[in-house]
Amino acid sequence: MFFQEPTPDTSGYMIAGYVIAFLVMGLYVASIYLRSRNLHQDMAVLEEMEKPAPVVQPQAKSQPGKKGPARSKNNTSVRPVTKKSRKK
Amino acid sequence: MQTKPLALRILDILAIVLLGISAYLALNAPTERVMGEVQKVFYFHIGTAWTALLGFILAGVFSVIYLITKDLKWDRFQVAAIEVSLVFFLITIVLGSIWARPAWNTWWTWDPRLTTAAVTELIYVAYFMLRQGIDDPDRRARFGAVYALVGGLSAPITFFAIRLFRTIHPVVIGGTNPEADGGFSMTPDMRSAFFFALFAFSIIFIDLFWNRIRLGDLQEKVEQLKLKVSM
Repeated sequence: MFFQEPTPDTSGYMIAGYVIAFLVMGLYVASIYLRSRNLHQDMAVLEEMEKPAPVVQPQAKSQPGKKGPARSKNNTSVRPVTKKSRKK
Repeated sequence: MQTKPLALRILDILAIVLLGISAYLALNAPTERVMGEVQKVFYFHIGTAWTALLGFILAGVFSVIYLITKDLKWDRFQVAAIEVSLVFFLITIVLGSIWARPAWNTWWTWDPRLTTAAVTELIYVAYFMLRQGIDDPDRRARFGAVYALVGGLSAPITFFAIRLFRTIHPVVIGGTNPEADGGFSMTPDMRSAFFFALFAFSIIFIDLFWNRIRLGDLQEKVEQLKLKVSM
């Protein structure tokens, strides 16, 4: 008993061990959470894309009382070609 | 957003509480006279090693079921088991290395147990690299299953390495190896901390495994949705 060696101080190693163990587990849990969050975001975007596009209704014909689109008086480019106009 | 089942939420909380209690019991267990405080990493070292090796064997079982049924659900189970086990086994190796520095006066030595443990970890790192390289889900699952089945053999080899070969790694339970360096006999307090750590890490493993399976299911849904949208 007189020559018994004292217990060495290895508490630094123990603390390092527990810190690393908790750190690795924490990082893994964080990675699961982040991956899950990103996948949920992707899913929301994809579900939005999957929805059928809203059907565009053709514009209603101009009412007699209402004015149509602005058109200059001299603009003849859209007039149909008739026999009269050919003779000219 | 998909909500977590109540059972999983309870398990999440239970896992955190058990981890806290396990750390408390380990830190308050009697100090080993020869090694000092560093011996207390042993509780987490064995707890993580136990669940990791069990997880690798479980992955091998899921591989067999996948190869028989061809149901991709078993592939997701297998990936989840391997991923969680890989993380736990990394903790085992790091804690072992930290313990070895004051006990053996070296961070690492090519002892049969340490070598088989390092090989097992690398086998499963390569497993994920293999999966990353294959695009077709069925082919990926088939290759992964065969690989995990063969790789699963490394888990029992690692476990029995200290019982089959001449090694300096101590066998704490039922060990009679005179070559082992750093072995010790446990007091009742140490024993209760040890068994509680085994129980706590088993519950933590189940919790992480379940969460990882849910992540795999979500990944599958997103992939299917991507295919649907791209068509």
